[in-house]
Amino acid sequence: MMKRQGLYLPEFEHDNCGAGFICSLKGKKSNDIIHKALEILDKLEHRGAVSADGKTGDGAGILIDIPHQFFLDECDFEIPKAGDYAVGNVFFPKKENQRDYCISVFEENIKKQGLQLLGWRNVPVNKAIPGRIAGETEPFVKQIFVGKENEDQKDFDFNLKLYIARKVTEHTLINSKLSESKFFYVPSLSTKIIIFKGLLMPNDIKLYFKDLMDARVVTRLALVHQRFSTNTFPTWDLAQPFRYMCHNGEINTLRGNVMRMRSREGLLKSKLFGEEIKNILPIILPGKSDSATMDMVVELLLMTGRSLPEVMMMLVPEAWEKNKEMSEAKRAFYEYNSCVMEPWDGPASIPFTDGSYIGAVLDRNGLRPSRYSVTKDGYVIMSSETGVVELAPENIEYHGRLEPGKMFLVDMEAGRIVNDEEIKEKIAKKYTYKKWLDTNLVHLKNIPYNDCPLFLNEASLEKRKAVFGYTLEDINTIILPMGQHAKEPIGSMGSDTPIAVLSERPQLLYNYFKQLFAQVTNPPLDGIREELITDISLTLGSDYNIFDITELSCRKLKIQNPVISKEDLDKIKNYDASPDYKVVSIPILYNIARGHNGLEEALENNLREAEKAIDKGANIIILSDRDSDKDKAPIPALLACSFVNSGLQRLGKRSKLSIIIESAEPREVHHFALLFGFGASAINPYLVNEIIAEQIEEHDITEYTFDEAIKNYNKAIGKGILKVMNKIGISTLNSYRGSQLFECIGINTKVVDKYFPNTPTRIQGIGLYEIEKEVSKRHKRAYQDQHIAANLDLEIGGEYRWRRDGEKHMFNPLSIAKLQKSVRNNEPDTYKEFAKMVNEQSKNLMTIRGLFEFSNYDPIPIEEVEPWTEIVKRFKTGAMSYGSISKEAHENLAIAMNRIGGKSNSGEGGEDADRFYKNQTGDWRNSAIKQVASGRFGVTSDYLTNAQEIQIKMAQGAKPGEGGQLPGPKVNPAIAKTRNSTPYVGLISPPPHHDIYSIEDLSQLIYDLKSANRKARINVKLVSEVGVGTVAAGVSKAKADVILISGFDGGTGASPLTSLKHAGLPWELGIAEAQQTLVLNDLRNRIVLECDGQLKTGRDVAIACLLGAEEFGFATAPLVASGCIMMRVCHLNTCPVGIATQNPELRKKFKGKPEHVVNYMYFVAEELREIMAQLGFRSVKEMVGQVQKLDRNAAIDHYKSAGIDLTPILHQIDVPKNTKLYNTQKQQHHIDDSIEFEIIEKAHPALFRKEKISLDFPIHNTDRAVGAIISNEISKIYGAEGLPENTLKLNFTGSAGQSFGAFATKGLTMVVNGNTNDYLGKGLSGAKLIIKVPDKSTLQPENNIITGNVTLYGATSGEAYINGKAGERFCVRNSGAHAVVEGIGDHGCEYMTGGVAVILGEVGRNFGAGMSGGIAYIFDEKKTFEKRCNMEALNLLAVEEDNDIKELRELIENHYNATLSPLAQRILENWEDSLPKFIKIFPEEYKQALIRLEREKLETI
Amino acid sequence: MGKITGFLEFDRKVEKYAPVDERIQNYKEFTLPMKEKELKNQGARCMDCGIPFCHSGCPLGNLIPDFNDSVYRGKWEKAAEILHATNNFPEFTGRLCPAPCEEACVLGINEDPVSIENIEKNIVETAFQKGWVVANPPEFRTDKKVAVVGSGPAGLAAAQQLNRAGHSVTVFERDEKPGGLLRYGIPDFKMEKHVIDRRLEILKEEGIEFQCGVHIGIDIKAEELNNDYDAVVLCGGATVRRNLPIKGADLKGVVQAMDFLGQNNRRVDGLKYPGEEIKATDKNVIVIGGGDTGSDCIGTSFRQGATSVSNFEIMGKATAERPEDQPWPFWPMRLRTSSSHKEGAERFFSISTKEFIGDKNGNLKGLITVNVEWEKIPGQRPVLKEIKGTEKEWPCELVLLAMGFTGSEMTIAEQLGLEADPRTNIKASVKDYKTNVPGVFVAGDQRRGQSLIVWAISEGRQAAYHVDTYLMGSSYLPLKGEGDLPRI
Repeated sequence: MMKRQGLYLPEFEHDNCGAGFICSLKGKKSNDIIHKALEILDKLEHRGAVSADGKTGDGAGILIDIPHQFFLDECDFEIPKAGDYAVGNVFFPKKENQRDYCISVFEENIKKQGLQLLGWRNVPVNKAIPGRIAGETEPFVKQIFVGKENEDQKDFDFNLKLYIARKVTEHTLINSKLSESKFFYVPSLSTKIIIFKGLLMPNDIKLYFKDLMDARVVTRLALVHQRFSTNTFPTWDLAQPFRYMCHNGEINTLRGNVMRMRSREGLLKSKLFGEEIKNILPIILPGKSDSATMDMVVELLLMTGRSLPEVMMMLVPEAWEKNKEMSEAKRAFYEYNSCVMEPWDGPASIPFTDGSYIGAVLDRNGLRPSRYSVTKDGYVIMSSETGVVELAPENIEYHGRLEPGKMFLVDMEAGRIVNDEEIKEKIAKKYTYKKWLDTNLVHLKNIPYNDCPLFLNEASLEKRKAVFGYTLEDINTIILPMGQHAKEPIGSMGSDTPIAVLSERPQLLYNYFKQLFAQVTNPPLDGIREELITDISLTLGSDYNIFDITELSCRKLKIQNPVISKEDLDKIKNYDASPDYKVVSIPILYNIARGHNGLEEALENNLREAEKAIDKGANIIILSDRDSDKDKAPIPALLACSFVNSGLQRLGKRSKLSIIIESAEPREVHHFALLFGFGASAINPYLVNEIIAEQIEEHDITEYTFDEAIKNYNKAIGKGILKVMNKIGISTLNSYRGSQLFECIGINTKVVDKYFPNTPTRIQGIGLYEIEKEVSKRHKRAYQDQHIAANLDLEIGGEYRWRRDGEKHMFNPLSIAKLQKSVRNNEPDTYKEFAKMVNEQSKNLMTIRGLFEFSNYDPIPIEEVEPWTEIVKRFKTGAMSYGSISKEAHENLAIAMNRIGGKSNSGEGGEDADRFYKNQTGDWRNSAIKQVASGRFGVTSDYLTNAQEIQIKMAQGAKPGEGGQLPGPKVNPAIAKTRNSTPYVGLISPPPHHDIYSIEDLSQLIYDLKSANRKARINVKLVSEVGVGTVAAGVSKAKADVILISGFDGGTGASPLTSLKHAGLPWELGIAEAQQTLVLNDLRNRIVLECDGQLKTGRDVAIACLLGAEEFGFATAPLVASGCIMMRVCHLNTCPVGIATQNPELRKKFKGKPEHVVNYMYFVAEELREIMAQLGFRSVKEMVGQVQKLDRNAAIDHYKSAGIDLTPILHQIDVPKNTKLYNTQKQQHHIDDSIEFEIIEKAHPALFRKEKISLDFPIHNTDRAVGAIISNEISKIYGAEGLPENTLKLNFTGSAGQSFGAFATKGLTMVVNGNTNDYLGKGLSGAKLIIKVPDKSTLQPENNIITGNVTLYGATSGEAYINGKAGERFCVRNSGAHAVVEGIGDHGCEYMTGGVAVILGEVGRNFGAGMSGGIAYIFDEKKTFEKRCNMEALNLLAVEEDNDIKELRELIENHYNATLSPLAQRILENWEDSLPKFIKIFPEEYKQALIRLEREKLETI
Repeated sequence: MGKITGFLEFDRKVEKYAPVDERIQNYKEFTLPMKEKELKNQGARCMDCGIPFCHSGCPLGNLIPDFNDSVYRGKWEKAAEILHATNNFPEFTGRLCPAPCEEACVLGINEDPVSIENIEKNIVETAFQKGWVVANPPEFRTDKKVAVVGSGPAGLAAAQQLNRAGHSVTVFERDEKPGGLLRYGIPDFKMEKHVIDRRLEILKEEGIEFQCGVHIGIDIKAEELNNDYDAVVLCGGATVRRNLPIKGADLKGVVQAMDFLGQNNRRVDGLKYPGEEIKATDKNVIVIGGGDTGSDCIGTSFRQGATSVSNFEIMGKATAERPEDQPWPFWPMRLRTSSSHKEGAERFFSISTKEFIGDKNGNLKGLITVNVEWEKIPGQRPVLKEIKGTEKEWPCELVLLAMGFTGSEMTIAEQLGLEADPRTNIKASVKDYKTNVPGVFVAGDQRRGQSLIVWAISEGRQAAYHVDTYLMGSSYLPLKGEGDLPRI
């Protein structure tokens, strides 16, 4: 792994993968299985990635049975019978001397365990195979053979000893000072299986490991894997499979899991291990990947005697919490185990095997595709895609898919597939979990309330508000809406206040932490629409030894929403019904007079007291800041919480208790999220409770009683936390708790290491002294010795809305006034005043860039600098949708940018095709950049065809990891038209792209979009956070042409205030990290790097450029130039200057002109030119990444900012001289290889003469996005009209690759005889898709999976007839396609806004979540539908109206005609009987919209 | 906050005036009160802007959106609290301020701005009515003594703030009653004097001492004052009036506005006044100067029964709309028509008075004017040019000179050796309001030159903070924060 340097932190690397296995149910061993298995990888190559050398893959491997006979033949030493010895490939240092040392240590430990070393065998490898990069880290591979202590030794004991011997060897060697110690690694050491893996391309594995080609190497099963890692510093040991599992996806909860595992170590006890248990610690070796880490835990749990399936159930539980259909026993199993182990959650498909069982589990969200086929001749093939092994249609027994939370298991010994229910019920009934829970688990709601202590000695409410830094804004803007409406407050227009460390005002410690969020490598979740997979309940109390499976483990206190009221806390304090609960309260206060020493000592005391409490048997401690007074100030709750949490962990005692926070401090969601993230299990914000009481007294909160208002507030926080968790892709608070998914910005390493260990902090900043100073400032203000009449009791705030005496804002009255004056009157001097204000203001401790100054001047005459007209070509305006802003404002920006050759961005709202053509004056309203966001609104073939650049919005600065929503009333007919949706039907942009759950999915979408428009650059928009550089490297490998790094502070039409302020980082860090990481990987020249986020002046641009950006986006500033005055009411539709509103009256007030925007861009470019001239750059290109021209401004001096260290940002990566720091070459998209060009050649008569023709082709899973290129060609000629229906008919045979029919347009009919993978009909734009079971097949289509997940995502029109079942999220965000299918998985018709879905078979859970438009008809033969439907806003009706009956029948007839579906035939033949079994799903919102449209139609008549 | 769509639902409304015939019969204020519901609707028009430019446009930094919201919600007491947090005397500004806040109001970009000043006045009047405005003497007294020289709005604000900080404050006023221009410049029909008195009562109750009829520099030497007090705050105003040194300027009937207004205010108050009686009764009156003082002269003249009143302004007639080079949110020079103008005065622009004509008794009987134009040369101040052949003679018996003030009187400055700028403003920066003499501070018009009442209060408050800091090392007194909109 690359070492940490600059802003790059190795621990933020990610991987995603292709995986699969084959096994013979009949137990037939063959060498052919190995070849077939490797063929799987071959066919999944598009899911992997290649480094800059073009040859080094990210790693691949294969796991097979031990080829006993082969070893007997090959080894020159004696081997006992199969099963009585273990064998493993071992990676050793290259250098012989070091290797010998490793061998001796290993041998010694084997002997120490009493085992017999049988011998070593050198593994024959072909050294010529690995690429240059892989070659550098290529280990020396030897096989070790170990025998049992004696013949009688039981298998379990043998395995245990092997485990100990290996673990101890690993620890010894890793801690040794060998220069090549990192080479040592044991891929496997097992009596059953052996793993061959390395940093190799999939098809090179067998060439490298010559054994695999040997016909004598035979196996019943083969598990294969290949990695797609975001980084390019992969290593040999991180190739998969691991010893028991491999993994496609990502473990989102990893950090929490690792922390919790570490704290469990203190409780580990086992008779079998005895004293040895200490020697195997830590269980989890640091620096390994998520999969490797999980594997190490699996291994440990197997040693507790649990079976592999049981271990997988514990680690990857189903979403049992809200599942009403689950059996009692299974629920009890899961609930019991939730007290033992938190979920290892992620988008994860995890194939596993111990040689006896082989199988796979899928995470609770079902975010990874896993398809399997069972053949008549007894083979099972499972992999991420179908079609990876050639199978004759008549040989197929059936096709299946792995379902969310479900397990697919093959019992190799019994030679059969064990279904999910069977295996899980069996495991669940092993113990009487239900009884254990009933007698041991206490629910908070069942604890009686007896008495409520009063805190009579406390200071007045006003004083305490001041001590804890409450502002009027906190009370009115944050707390009030939550108490009143149970909702988090919303804001707009981003953040332009200083980050905490640069603020002159005392900040709460929370503000120095930023939430991490998911982008690209894993998806954020939608906890609103997919609520059933989420859970925020927690269990409190002591943990127990995981080796023991007893009722003791669930002797805990369960809290449904751990944001609790004072009453709840009192209940916990007073609960004494069980001697097993002991609650101890620890005050977190310090003596203010003793300053920072006082704080430090008090913290140490807190830890000591907590430890003492544990020793005295406490299992719950309450850290309380009650009773602060004139002499005692509160310790920041987060500091105390984290210190006690991590301190107890260090002491190995953390697992013995839970922490409750009783604090006046937390008030907003972010605060609570942090406290949970750093170890709290419940929080009572008592001062908020009191403030709410006051608000009720003063009639600020009406309609609710005190208890209700508190409940509202707690609920709002609960929902908010869920959102914060979902942002990083975590669904349960149990796994989020203690996970520390935050980055510090502005706290020094000393403090972080001591109080917040393992939290990234990269630019240093304040220490404990400054933290104390901020507390004491607030305290001093509260207890000021003098009361001044008429002063406001609290500070005004001004974080969200500018106030003179509040926080500073970059955009303030004067800067806005000056900017508008300058552009309207074309006054360069006034612009200079503006720029000076902003630049100086930023120097005045507002931004990180403000801390820089230019240096190393090398002046040239300004005439030599490229002209402004060249520079502005690199300028872009931000993505703002028509819908979020008015038509006038939107077109104004487009015209302006087209005039100067820059680029405007459509935003996520589609675009009226009318704008694709220039008007008579030569002005062009077409947005050069077309955005593709998670809602896919208006994304059609024609839309994409008319783009110069297509931007995939992975995240948005103002609210990374979150979706958006355009409420129904705002969707007027014009907006509905451009978004291809129904007027007045609300539109949801989900938090994730439902076709991007991992990096290889992004790579697929890039391929799809590139196919839809080969000329357009593909731009991927990311938001700055720690690790964004690694993500950028991955995105570059996924072949994006442009990567945009956005700052957290960017604007928005609407975002929760928590996200606006606390998620994401300034772009200075992001762009620098991206530049450094890309250069480090030699990937920089492949892509264009772009930057945006509150760029305002030429100086801003210059700094972004020197840090690595070569294109620049502006959003807020051009809006201000167009008349925006930062009302921050975009979300209310009341913009008084006609920009962010659709109100026709207000739109009339828009006074912006394209000239204003042009003037602004001109001014900025000119300012940049002046800087360039001073620094000596003739072109922007030369300037990119030249960080040596930046320096820290020495003149800046402030007690907080003094500690900031900017050197990581200014780190210059050491590269060979000729390495270019900017984009020089194009990505190789390999579009030319597509079969579509062959089709186009043959389809000429159809394409150019509209003649009907029909063509036949074979198809494979490697043929991806078929249809997109042809549609692009059609759109170029015919626009959105396309060709007449059925003009070009294409018949394919085989398994189609992902995104079949993507953006396929009108006139195309595409038939697949076989099956298809994920994303069928993505963005379908009018074509007809027919997927049918091949003629020769004997399959029952309705029981057979024929297409994958996420079908018809964002389809706008067209038809699809699917002769079988589809996977998860069928018709997600469909807004116009008509589809018939014979069964679907979970989350069907999610976010659907239009079109018709006919489902003739079974429907999975959570159907219709967020469905606001369109109609679905369900053939509910088994009457299971209602339970599985998300009933929030849907009407379930009988199909009775004539039009409905006609439509339904017609679609089923079409389906029959297209596919000859036996099911359709049956239904049609028994139509009278069938019809009553249909349910019509009619969303309420859609119904209301149709009524409104009908009314409007009548009115116009 | 506020009513989200309030500005779309309600039109701007301010208090109406009593009919002219009625109101010129006396010197009483003549605004007609609004109903509470109407006021709430006006509060609802406030849009709770992300950047409240009004708050920036207000030299006091009044928390306008915050009190508007409280009014909308009917929380008058809270509104009064918010208002008083930044403004010592909202009852003065609510009547007299030209409301730069409203010029900066975001709604004013394309609609009528929120009626901020009217809301302000109603908040404070409600507060007085309900008895919420009470003396709030400091809990502790420091041992520091501060002298405030001048009892205009700047002096009173500085005094109240310093008193709140616990210092013993004495206000020196050379006139017979405190108030400065408030009392002797502003006619009663704009602000009845009991409004000042009721506030002064509170200040006195809070412990501020007033010494009236004491002219610092004459009755007490400035050095002496400086020695006796720990700090001195000069708030003497810019009292030197601009003259019109043309032929006939010494004729009887050519009168300084301030003399005219001062005398009348004393008369209304039942006080004696020095010198001869000046009255507009049955005279043709010409008021030279188109500003607020000019207006005050017009209204007063009508109330005294003038035959006719004309108003001359040397500048050109401004447009009713903002000129393009003075865009929102800046303070624009535009045509402002006061209530006094509406009482029947005729206004003449671009007119310059060349000569006063007297009869043989030295009484004014007319004047001669010439029309002028302003030649604009980019980058320079406009140059005045007379237009030949436009001379005209106007009959009149009373001319009131309301052409502003040129600076402050230098008596104290000379005694203490204070530095002043060429305009005779005492030198001190807004950073600390310190003069070159330690312990001597200056605020208000005496520092910045003639200006608005809000600026005076603002300066008084800001200066108080710095005086307190000077005396104590630090201060809990509020500052208004950054964000003043400059004049352009």
